[in-house]
Formats: sequence, structure tokens, C-alpha cells
Amino acid sequence: MLRYIVRRLISMIPVFIGITAIVFLIMSLIPGDPATAILGSYATPENVANLNAKLGLDKPLVQRYLIWLGNLAQGDFGRSFSLNRPVLDEILERFNATLVLSGTAYLLCSFFGILAGLISAARQYEISDKLITFTVLIGISVPSFFLGMMLIVFFTVQLRWLPASGMFAIYGGGDFVDLLRHLIMPAFALSFVATGVIARLSRSTMLEVLRLEYIRTARAKGVKEFRVITRHAFRSAIVTILPVLGLQAGFVLSGSVYIEIVFQWPGIGRMLVDAILTRDILLVQGGVVFVAFCYVFFNLAVDVLQLWLDPRITRR
Amino acid sequence: MFKITQVVRTLIAKSVLVLSLGLFSMGVFAQTADNVLVVGQIAEPKSLDPATVTAVNDFRILMNLYDGLVRYKDGTLEVEPALANSWTISEDGKTYTFELRSDVAFHDGTMVDAEAVKFNFDRMLDENHPYHDTGPFPLSFFFSAIENVEAVDADTVQFTLNAPYAPFLSNLAYPTGLIASPAAIQESGKDFGRNPVGTGAFKFESWKANESVIVTRNDNYWDGTAGTEAVVFRPITDGNTRVAEMLSGGIDMMVEVPPVSLSQFSGSDFSIVEQAGPHVWFLILNAKEGPFSNKLVRQAANYAINKKAIVEDVLEGTAAIAAGPTPPAFAWAYNDELEPYPYDPEKAKALLKEAGVSDAKLTFYVTQGGSGMLDPVAMGTAIQADLAAVGFDVEIQTYEWNTFLGEVNPGLEGKADMAEMAWMTNDPDTLPYLALRTDAWPDKGGFNSGYYSNPMVDELLEAARSSVDQAERARLYREMQEIVQDDAPWVFVANWKQNAVTSNRVKNFSLQPSFLLLLKDVSKQ
Repeated sequence: MLRYIVRRLISMIPVFIGITAIVFLIMSLIPGDPATAILGSYATPENVANLNAKLGLDKPLVQRYLIWLGNLAQGDFGRSFSLNRPVLDEILERFNATLVLSGTAYLLCSFFGILAGLISAARQYEISDKLITFTVLIGISVPSFFLGMMLIVFFTVQLRWLPASGMFAIYGGGDFVDLLRHLIMPAFALSFVATGVIARLSRSTMLEVLRLEYIRTARAKGVKEFRVITRHAFRSAIVTILPVLGLQAGFVLSGSVYIEIVFQWPGIGRMLVDAILTRDILLVQGGVVFVAFCYVFFNLAVDVLQLWLDPRITRR
Repeated sequence: MFKITQVVRTLIAKSVLVLSLGLFSMGVFAQTADNVLVVGQIAEPKSLDPATVTAVNDFRILMNLYDGLVRYKDGTLEVEPALANSWTISEDGKTYTFELRSDVAFHDGTMVDAEAVKFNFDRMLDENHPYHDTGPFPLSFFFSAIENVEAVDADTVQFTLNAPYAPFLSNLAYPTGLIASPAAIQESGKDFGRNPVGTGAFKFESWKANESVIVTRNDNYWDGTAGTEAVVFRPITDGNTRVAEMLSGGIDMMVEVPPVSLSQFSGSDFSIVEQAGPHVWFLILNAKEGPFSNKLVRQAANYAINKKAIVEDVLEGTAAIAAGPTPPAFAWAYNDELEPYPYDPEKAKALLKEAGVSDAKLTFYVTQGGSGMLDPVAMGTAIQADLAAVGFDVEIQTYEWNTFLGEVNPGLEGKADMAEMAWMTNDPDTLPYLALRTDAWPDKGGFNSGYYSNPMVDELLEAARSSVDQAERARLYREMQEIVQDDAPWVFVANWKQNAVTSNRVKNFSLQPSFLLLLKDVSKQ
């Protein structure tokens, strides 16, 4: 197991270098530049050239990439042009918020997705199955930002139950209940689509497993149905479901960009959008690399978990 | 059958009950605290260092934290004393001497003196200044006329300009001219923008990324204390979410209400505030090549476009029809005898016939959105339809704002016949000087992207800039407007009326024609 993890970690190095190269290239190739963004209407070609030189953007591409990569290796993400503060400070501050939102949404969609899949597989073609399948279809079809806006219209503007935006109340907030009140709508909106995807997959996987002979044997032996589902079938199905859960983590993270904008959540997605619009190159690069690192590590964790759950997978 | 659903049902029912008790039944939706004003902003500020920022959104906070030597008089764009008690201008218009108030302290306790003023301008303009590296200072060219700043004595500071430059006082009143505490800049260095120290009616309290900037009352303010204990600036980027927060009482005031949402605030719980400002929305026409090199065709475009429909239907009345290159907010320099080009498609067709132009193909640069651009896609489409009605074949090319500026500012030659543009300025000199003179063609570092050139206009603008007599300047600007309107280098479309909505708990609030947000006198019940 340990050898497997070490080998996976080593194989990540080229992945990381690839990520940095791609992010850097994309940011260099898109039209527009930070000086134009900072100067706005006042961006004469002359002013732009001056400011870009001050920002160190007049150096050749390869040189800039190597400087950035070297600094990155030493943990120096550079300074954001637009926010005028270290990129890493900003990322860490924002990442906490994203973690709270995406983490909650991820737990919600994993739990309810699998649960819904289990129930509808166990009750195939019955009312509860049809109800769940129908809801899941809606979940997959409704864009999360639209759902978010509808939630705001209903729960904030009409009923006045929940706050529309932010993470904490400006005054008198800051405790757990306050966080929960702010979290409930964005987390729900963010998890809804992923729940649908996971539920669909769980259902079909469970149905497959339930048709296998050892399940029939178990039932024939008189094992209770609840135990058949949870112990016999589910343990086998989870191995198939788990990698999809890993992929969904990426989906939830990227989906949080929309949700953070709609609910004004102070997370990293919102930061990235702003940074792209202002061509804040170092902030975009730093943010994307950071998120990509987290995602890659999360998937490693999922793979290790799968290995541990399923002894059939050979340890190559 | 197994009982899983039974268990789940009970579980769900219980958790919903607990959640509703815990979350929803916290009673009435929390209103904002008494005596604290919560303002819904359109974006997170970039920095609170006045010398380094360019966005109106940031200026809205800065004006409440800092003072300049001078400021705009309430409700006008005319300059009055602030940190400077008085000033004198030399005969030749090149030396400005300011007498400072002697009793004003920064929020950190250090005093405002001539050395502090000198420090602020030297930091921006002198590349060898020890704190020049706290930049870049993108708008420092507002003060590029300054040759030297001298602290004559503790309360007297003298600016020497390299040439007479009439907009100088007005530029000092602009946020780029606000005075920051040198001691705080020395202490915080590059992080000053996150730890701002000024002299304003409010002092900085905290900044949480993408959540809030909080400022509290400065009880020692030299010009009377503020009406509220604190102001919270909340960035709420999404217009719909901002509206929802306003409707539900999460904020007390919002700026830049989307035109389509204004009707939601018509009840007695809210008041809508409007103020025309120094903004002009126009189409740059490529006068160098193609159909618009002919003045008659440019005039035809001005007649063909139904500005009334754009202003009333597309913008829902949040703008007025523009008559010429200078917005009416510059009351002292505005030529109110100018009538906007009327909507007259027949006249446009006749002009096109006279010019011998038929079936002209036009490339039209449109942006998806940007500072002061209002609703550029919808406006662009309406314009396209109006031009098609008189026989132009218009092809729209749409760009994201940053890319758009990168295409338009270097000039339209060889690329496009027309482009959308909007400017907000602080002096009637700025826009025409930077965008209508022959010497402001893009290759000479200006913004005259349509290559308009008229020696008369050049002469008038140079003369107006170097005169220190406001009446004389006004005469020159009025004459310039008349010529430019007739030459039609642009299609003059709209002057934006900035709007804001406040809850009925907010008293004594008004918007300024400078588009700056002044909150000192606002109170909340």
C-alpha cells in the first residue's frame, strides 16, 4: 500500500508541471493584459506598455514561466496586481470558504445520492423509485445558478427566512447557527445536480449487483432484505460508485464558481472569475494550480480508499 | 419488505424539524443594525490606496476615508477648499500655492502638513522616491504637469507646473489626489492599500476579502462628525442578488440598480435617487477610411439612430439623450443651445444619397460590458437595426471588455468602422483633449481611435487648457462643442443618470454629479 502511494505521488510530478504549463500558456494566449484592465478607459498603447513593463510582463514568455515555476517551487506564489497583496494570502483566505461550501455540498450529494440510488434500486418500479427518478431527472437538468436564484426569490425575498448572500452576518453573526443559515441555500443548490448524477449511477450499479447469484443465494439462505441490501449488495457496489464520487468532487468544485457568484460566497471561485476579468495573471495561475493540486490529492485519497475497500484490485 | 424507508422517513422528518426550529424560527429576518449603514457595492475593492486605484467602485469607499486639498462642492463639479484653506494661482498659471488647515490629523494621529502633501505627490511621480515601489500608479498622468512640489513652510505647499494646465484643481479633487498618511505608508509599504489611513469622516476598521469593508466614525473630523457610527461596504457582484438583498432588508442602500429592477422599488419602503453625471456614451466613427470618412455619412448615422428609444426602452429612463461631446453635468462649460440630432431616418437617407453612398457595409465593435458602458449589447443591437433601416449593412463583432479596449484604443483603422465607447471624467477638458484632437490619434498616445481631425478644435482645446479664467474656458468649450457636433466624429447617444436605492430608514442621502459617494451626512433611523 505504502509503495503504491509513493509511486502515485512520484507520478504526480509531471502532472503538476503539466498543469502549470497549461495554465501559464492559457493566460499568456488570451487577448488583453493586466495593464489594460487596470487602466480601463485610460489604456493608451503608451500607458499600457509602461505599466506592463513595471509589472515585469515585458520579459520573454519562457523566461517568465521559469521565474514563476522557480518561485512556485519555493512556495512563493507572487503578488496579485489587482489586489496588491500576496497571492497565497488571498488563496488561503478564500479557500477556507470554498472548502466549507463545497465540502458541505459534497457530503450532501454523496449521502443523498447514494441513499436515493439504494432506495430506488431496492424498490425498482415502485412509487418511491419513480418519485426519485423523476426528482433526479430534474436535478440533472436544472442549472445550479438558476436553482440558486429561485431559492433566493422564494426563501429570501418572499418568505424572508434566510439571508441571500455572504457567509456570515456582518454584525452579531459569526457563530455556527449563523454560518448554517447562510450555508443552507448555496450548499443545497450546489449539491443538487451532483446528487442526481450519483443517484443515477448508484441505482444502476445496485440493480446490476442485485441480479448477481450471490445475492440470490443470500436471499435463499433467509438473510433479511435490509441486510442483503446494506451488507451484501452495497459493499460490492460502493467500489464502482467510489471513483465517480472522486470525479464529482471536481464537478462540485467547479460548480461552486457559479454558486459563489449568485450567493456572494467569499470563496476561491468568485476570486478566479474576478482575476480572469482583470487579467490578474499570477492570481489566476496561483488559484488554478492550488485547486488542481487539491483535486489531484483528493483523487489519490479516493483511489487509496478504493484499494482498501476492494481487495480484488491488484496492487500494480 | 425491509424498513429502510421507514427509518429514513423518520430521520428526515426529525432533521427537518430540528433545522426549521434552529434556523427559520430565529424569528424575523435580521434587519441591519441601527446607526450602521450597509451599502451594497458592485464589486470587491481592489485596494484602498487612492493613488493606485482607477475604479469608481473603489472611489466610493475612498471618498469617505480621505480628503484631498480641494473637493467638489456639494451637488456640483466646482472646486471648493478641503484640507487646503485657500490657494493662489500665479499670473502665468504655472504656480499653485495652497495654505493648509493647521489643525487636521490623520487617523493615526500624525498631522497633515506641507511635507505630508509633498510626500504623496512625490511618491506617485518621482521614480526615485523610496516609496515609489508601493505603486504602480496608473492615473499618475493626471498630475504629469507637476514639475515640482515644495513645502514652503509647515502649512504652505507650492506646486510648480511645466505648463499652464487648467484642469489641475479639478484633478486634485479627484480621488487620485486624496492625501494619505506618510507615516502609515512608511509602516505598511505595499500593504498600505489594505491598511489605509487618511483624514476622512470615517476611519478604516476592517476588510474581509469578498465579504465587507467596515469604516467607523472619525469623532475628530475637522468638518463635523458623520451621521452614522459606521458604514459597511458589501461587495455583491450579481445584480439580481443585490436587488434581492435590498428587497429583503439585508442592505440599506445599493448603487447601480439594474434598469429593469427599478420598478421593484417603487413602493413606500424605498426611495430611488438619481443624478446625472459627467458621462457620455457614444459611437466612435472611423473618419479615416470607409463610408464615415465623409462628414455627410457621419451626420446621417446621427440622424438614423433613435436615441429616444434607446434611452427610454433599452435603458428604462436611466439615461438622457446626449447632444454633443460634453455632458450637461459640466454646467459651467456646457453649451445648452445645442439640440441633439433628431431621429429622422428620411433626412439620413437623403444625406446618404447626397454623399453617393448606398448599401455601405459596416463593421461595428460592441463590448459585452464595461465601466460606464450601460447595456452595450442591447444598445448595439438597437443601433444596428436603426442603421439597417436607412440602408447600412452592419456586422456586429462582440468582445469582452478587456479585449475590446485592446482592439479599440490602438485605433479602428483596417479593422472597423464604428465602436461603442463611454467615458466618465472630472473636467470638461479630459475627454475631448484625449479623444478628439489631431495630436491624440492612437499612434501619438491618445484615444482618438476614429482619427477625427479639425485644426479649429485642436486650437480651441489647447487654448482652453492653458487659460486660468473659467469664463474664458467656458466660451472656448462651448464653441468646440458646436463644431464637433456638426462634424459628427461620433454618434452622440446618451448621458447616464447614476441611480441608487435606499431603504426608508436612510435619511439625508443624495448622489453627486461627480459619481462619487459621500456618506458623511447620511443618517439612519
